[in-house]
Amino acid sequence: MPESGKRRKLTRGEMLVIAAPYAWIALFFLAPFALIVKISLSQPAQTRPPYEPVLDLANGVAGLFEKLSQFGLGAYRGLAEDNLYLDSYLSSLTIAGVATLICLIVAYPFALAIARAPRRLRPILIGFAVAPFWTSFLIRVYAWIALLKDEGLINHALMALGLIDAPLPMFATSGAVVVGIVYSYLPFMLLPLYAAIEGQDASLREAAADLGATPLQVFLHVTLPLSRRGIVAGALLVFIPAVGEFVIPDLLGGSDTLMIGRTLWNDFFANRDWPAASAAAVALLALLLFPILLYERAQLREDAR
Amino acid sequence: MTDAPLLSIKGASKRFGAVTALEDVSLEVGGGEFFALLGPSGCGKTTLMRLVAGFETLDSGRVEIAGADMSGAPPHRRPVNLMFQSYALFPHLSVFENIAFGLRRQGAGKTEIAARVAELLQIVRLEGVETRRPDQLSGGQRQRVALARALAPRPRLLLLDEPLGALDRQLREETQFQIKEIQRRLKTSFVVVTHDQDEALVMADRIAVMRAGRIEQIGAPAEVYERPATRFVASFIGQMNFLEGHMESGAFVGPFGRLPAGDDGLEDGAKAVLAIRPERLAIAPASEAAEGLRGVIEDVAFRGETTHFRLRLSGGETLRVSRGADGGRSFSIGDAARVSFPPSAARLFASE
Amino acid sequence: MNAARLARLGALVAGFVFLYGPIVILATMSFNASRLVTVWGGFSTKWYAALFHDEQMLRAAQISLAAAALSALIATINGLLAALALARFGAFRTRALFAGSIYAPLVMPEVVLGLGLLLVFVAFGVERGFLTLVLAHASFTMCFATVMIHAALKGCDRTLEEAAMDLGATPVRAFALVTLPLIAPSVVSAYLLAFIISLDDLVIASFATGPGATTLPMRIYSQVRLGVSPEVNAISTLLLGFVAAALGLSALITRGRAEGGGAG
Repeated sequence: MPESGKRRKLTRGEMLVIAAPYAWIALFFLAPFALIVKISLSQPAQTRPPYEPVLDLANGVAGLFEKLSQFGLGAYRGLAEDNLYLDSYLSSLTIAGVATLICLIVAYPFALAIARAPRRLRPILIGFAVAPFWTSFLIRVYAWIALLKDEGLINHALMALGLIDAPLPMFATSGAVVVGIVYSYLPFMLLPLYAAIEGQDASLREAAADLGATPLQVFLHVTLPLSRRGIVAGALLVFIPAVGEFVIPDLLGGSDTLMIGRTLWNDFFANRDWPAASAAAVALLALLLFPILLYERAQLREDAR
Repeated sequence: MTDAPLLSIKGASKRFGAVTALEDVSLEVGGGEFFALLGPSGCGKTTLMRLVAGFETLDSGRVEIAGADMSGAPPHRRPVNLMFQSYALFPHLSVFENIAFGLRRQGAGKTEIAARVAELLQIVRLEGVETRRPDQLSGGQRQRVALARALAPRPRLLLLDEPLGALDRQLREETQFQIKEIQRRLKTSFVVVTHDQDEALVMADRIAVMRAGRIEQIGAPAEVYERPATRFVASFIGQMNFLEGHMESGAFVGPFGRLPAGDDGLEDGAKAVLAIRPERLAIAPASEAAEGLRGVIEDVAFRGETTHFRLRLSGGETLRVSRGADGGRSFSIGDAARVSFPPSAARLFASE
Repeated sequence: MNAARLARLGALVAGFVFLYGPIVILATMSFNASRLVTVWGGFSTKWYAALFHDEQMLRAAQISLAAAALSALIATINGLLAALALARFGAFRTRALFAGSIYAPLVMPEVVLGLGLLLVFVAFGVERGFLTLVLAHASFTMCFATVMIHAALKGCDRTLEEAAMDLGATPVRAFALVTLPLIAPSVVSAYLLAFIISLDDLVIASFATGPGATTLPMRIYSQVRLGVSPEVNAISTLLLGFVAAALGLSALITRGRAEGGGAG
């Protein structure tokens, strides 16, 4: 049981242990966020680095006041006014949402089948199911190009079978991005689902059957509700990174496939508009704040056990 | 009512790989009967119960419930409910929903369900916890919810897998009588699976003693206790003294001497074992008794309502003797004593 | 009963075909003499040969391997200390902030992490290049290493360490002599994991590195944008093989520990 509410000071020895990771986190995780927020509030400039600092005491107090008057939500106004951003946000949420749903539908029977396999085989099966996660993300996304292109394997096969006359336009569409997300993030969905299903006491299913539930009713009333935690965790683990995804829409999406990660990337690398990119990052985080907090809470709960 | 017994198992056999779980098991349970399957762990009693519930399939033989063959019938189509050893309460459902689960599957109406759940909670004496989750209940409360849940769909036959196994001692004794009382009131047939002889003796109308996938004896508690059919049954239920010897012209002969024996169908010269309960032995100081087996008191254990003695016979065997609190004279370690018993109190088995 | 089993088998087969199909096709293509994915021009290793003459690719591979080796080392050390704090220090002040910051990068969009790291480097006036690449990857992979080592520490019997202290060992010695050997396989696995993630990363590297230190994924990405190419198939297959070998090694280490634990 975690003692709740009680927070104690660290001893000297413990501080020694925690100092290095803590400093590292402060420098390379917390500071970046502060900077992103800061730069998102400044003006773009044709300098190096390409933004006007918000607070710079070099010009004295007068300079500070001058800056403060410029201190702007310009980058955010840009976000709100520019349809490109609004569209990317909506489209990111839609694509990520649809992909998460399909991922769940694909992963659930898979996870169920692994969880109900002979006990001895389960670790091997789940190991192989998760193994592709460790291989290069970029390469796995790339592999789908050869499958989805007009002159790719799927179209080739369908035409050889005489099912279609002309190639289906699959590559460079939002659909291809969804497929790419489902494929790439399947392990994230699979693992929590498997854990949630495998951990269920088999006698609960037997009890339900014994009380008159058909196999379908056993699934709906026992297996499914008992795996709710796994579903939530898996959905968050897929949805959160999918919203900010860059590689998949860039490689599999069309030029009209808008996703916020890609827009941010282009703002930064192509347009060199750092404040806009930072504002997009802040907005993206704001968008994901609720799901990320949900996920963090689940992690901390797990951590406390 | 029909003549067919409520539950009839005929020639049931079941193997798991190389392990024989059941071997040619046959038994019948009547309507309204409280039946116990008693045996050590691994004797096949749980497999037998799971067969009846429909979670295992038979290799050969058949299971009939109220005259209907159950082979191929899945668990949800059998008029049988099971109270699981682990209780298997649905952790995501309230007590009310747990008990209502089977009723909902039967398509019962809202008011009907509410009335039935209330009735069951009253039967198991557990009112006021309807909205709680299983993890907010004590072990004893969970046990009652499990019982109520299994009873809710009005099964023809209720199976109870080690129903008291998870309870502490004091609660167990109390609950034994409650279950017995509920069964009497509802007149539903109960089949309880247990490894605890006390449970079986206290609750059941009839007991089937199982060992290594076979039934050794079926009978009323007193019958199984007083007239065990095999040496295993004799040793498994209650305390028992065994004396090795052989048969000689109608008498049992051991190192301690001759004892007259009843007709147990044993041939002359056959090796035999005599079984006698400690409480059936009468003990007296050697100086006062002329008859009986002579020995020396090795140990005295006072247990309140009874006193137990360990007696070493002249031949080297030991006998346990127990005597009620008003049993008269006391003994000390080292005293010489004699024990005797009426021939009808002893059982003779062929040596295995 | 049998229908259900058949359905489960079908789900298993379909799942694995979906997961491994594209990878297997990619690997097969790398041995295809033809440039076209739909035409099998015979078995050939010429794309691999071409790869080993691609100076830029080889240089990028060198940089990626070096950055992965270094950043994984830093991440593992940091991760070990952080996991120790999480597993052993109980409910200390700012624990929620600490734990939250550790776990957040697991789900944070990479573009945000990359952008933030870049801004820090710029703010401190550090020239972007190999050094910043290593620092960025060490930060990014630390969370994975922490999670892995934390899990091992939680599964570790605390009383062993207490027994060592009872027998006169200082807390540091007790940890070094008792617990560290027990969690060593997980520490090695954590290193491998951090190494693989660093080797694989495109987005964060693109933000954090400079012109002089282009990584292998960046090089592959710039070629992939031009479409499917047999050279990319070949390098991809090599990388897949490398990761498969690392995974196998990690599994062997973990199993060795499991068996050792069973025997002891």
